[in-house]
Amino acid sequence: MHGLLKTAKTSLRALKRNTMRTMLTALGIIIGIAAVIALAQIGKGSSNAVREQIKRMGANKLMVNPGAINNGGISLGSGTRMSLTFADATAIERDCPDVRWAAPIVHAHGQVIHGQYNWQPNLIDGTTSAYLHIRNWMPLKAGRTFTRQEVRSAAEVCILGQTLIRHLFPSGHALGKTVRLDNVSLRVIGVLTRKGANMMGWDQDDILVAPWTTIKYRIPSGKPVTAAASTLGGGINTLNQLYPETSLALYTTPSATETADTPDPTIFMHADLIMCSAVSSKLIPAAIREIDALLRQRHHLTAAQGNDFTVRPLTALSNMLTTTTNLMTHLLLGVAFISLVVGGVGIMNIMLVSVTERTREIGLRMAVGARGRDILQQFLMESIVLCLLGGALGIALGQGVATFMRVFLQWPTAVSVRAIIAAVAVSAAVGLVFGYYPAWKASRLDPIEALRYE
Amino acid sequence: MKPLIELVDIRKTYFLEALQVPVLKGITLNIVPGELVALMGASGSGKTTLMNLLGCLDRPTSGKYALDGEEISGLSTDQRALVRSRKIGFVFQSFNLLPRTSALENVLMPMSYSPDHLPEKQARKRAAELLDLVGLSDRMDHEPSQLSGGQQQRVAIARSLINRPPILLADEPTGNLDSRTSREILQMFQRLNEEQQLTIILVTHDRHVAEHCKRVIRVKDGLIESGAFGTASEPLAIGAPGDVAA
Repeated sequence: MHGLLKTAKTSLRALKRNTMRTMLTALGIIIGIAAVIALAQIGKGSSNAVREQIKRMGANKLMVNPGAINNGGISLGSGTRMSLTFADATAIERDCPDVRWAAPIVHAHGQVIHGQYNWQPNLIDGTTSAYLHIRNWMPLKAGRTFTRQEVRSAAEVCILGQTLIRHLFPSGHALGKTVRLDNVSLRVIGVLTRKGANMMGWDQDDILVAPWTTIKYRIPSGKPVTAAASTLGGGINTLNQLYPETSLALYTTPSATETADTPDPTIFMHADLIMCSAVSSKLIPAAIREIDALLRQRHHLTAAQGNDFTVRPLTALSNMLTTTTNLMTHLLLGVAFISLVVGGVGIMNIMLVSVTERTREIGLRMAVGARGRDILQQFLMESIVLCLLGGALGIALGQGVATFMRVFLQWPTAVSVRAIIAAVAVSAAVGLVFGYYPAWKASRLDPIEALRYE
Repeated sequence: MKPLIELVDIRKTYFLEALQVPVLKGITLNIVPGELVALMGASGSGKTTLMNLLGCLDRPTSGKYALDGEEISGLSTDQRALVRSRKIGFVFQSFNLLPRTSALENVLMPMSYSPDHLPEKQARKRAAELLDLVGLSDRMDHEPSQLSGGQQQRVAIARSLINRPPILLADEPTGNLDSRTSREILQMFQRLNEEQQLTIILVTHDRHVAEHCKRVIRVKDGLIESGAFGTASEPLAIGAPGDVAA
């Protein structure tokens, strides 16, 4: 160790003997490392920003769908079974530690009217305030979300997306006003921020959010979707006429008169969908397991029975998240590699020149007792010290550039400790790899010829 | 007295492709401790090759070389480096000082290859003493470019003595110096020889240099012409040293 320190000192002295050339040699490494550090910081900043964006789109989101009904050999597709209840959502949020929010959702559709304006929103979602958290809509642009009390009492309130605001309230003042949905008056208590189109190109702002109870029990169009399962039968497929339905009719189909007389004979407690968000995108698999176990228990499923629900993460988004992160990492690796090679070739070049130029010195050192390996060690150490010095300067320079970008150009940057550690390791490695050949060449010189070299 | 250097029938042949060039054709000589010897010969005589062998920079094709009682001829490259570090100090015609390095650092340089590590402080003290010995105590921090030729050579002499070798091998030490400085340097060798009992071999082609020495070994055509044995026998006028050894 002591010997190594001494060699390092000797190398430093040798490098100091030709400061200008040392600086020029190290320039390749300095620029390379500076580029890596600056790019790592800018890249990490941008990557963080992009990740934040993707998270906002709901990378932590989990969808719990009810299972499919199989009717007379005909599957009716996901969501046709009424297996999810609102209590399930509450239980998921309460009992699954890796789930932060769980919101039951019922869909409805219909025309929303305000004064002379009307509009058919893409989505009419009956839910709880957790929904707005999951979809990253908190805080609202204006107003408030609905309270527990409002959910419990099926209060006639709603929150509107920007598209609805544009079409129904050209003046822009919507808060406190009343809109009509299927002849039910809903007071506007909140306005959502603009989200724009989602990945599929659907307008995410074309939405009306209301307490699920309101949609479920007050809005007529909120029922048929779930009620459909109870009134399976005629008209879905012509095969029904060939093979009459054998499954038990769960509910008697009310006649037109009955429907008119008793508008809501059964209270359905079933949700179309439960939307959850995991505590973090890393915990999605854990959250899925927990939800799975909880719902199986709640639905009294035996080991032999399959799930009457499905839990799905938004794979596309989480994939995008990992892809983005990997892309950034690979990009940086590419830059680091190029700078490594360019800087290294420069080092090798100058070290070869240096060996030639210092042939007599090498001869002299050998004459006074230096062995080949002493010379090898010395030149190797010189190139490593050179690279480390260059690396240190490069880190400082890169840090400066990144700071400049952040302060003056408002670019998002983040200090990357990993990049700094990698930069130091890479500089030492470059010194070692590209310094080896010149050092080896020096160590193989014949002292007699080296001393006589002109 | 037991010889410090003992060469027996040393031969050196260079192989240039198919051609064999015998340079040393059987050298036998003795040098005892405390001698100041001049190794003389015209260029092409094999003088330089002999010096390289004596300095352990090269190995003979055949023959025996005992240095300080140790057989040298069969040693490996690394072993010879160790011998050079401990036993031999070199002084060159062109000084060979490290540029842009202070006189003191130049003198210290061989210590970093010495097997016995001296603490930094002691090493510096020893180097300073040596520079004082060669009369440069006021020039320790000067770089070679700030020193005259004679001063540079004196730094080189101090450097050659830093590891306290028993032998000092000087290859044309005055070749690049004017006659006055040459005389000073040669007087310094004489002084070192007398005061420190240092064995000094001066390789030269200059008669005036050889005059400063107690004994002259003349090499001609790869053989020793005269002076093979110092104290053992008087210098021979002319002869085949190989025969004498036998």
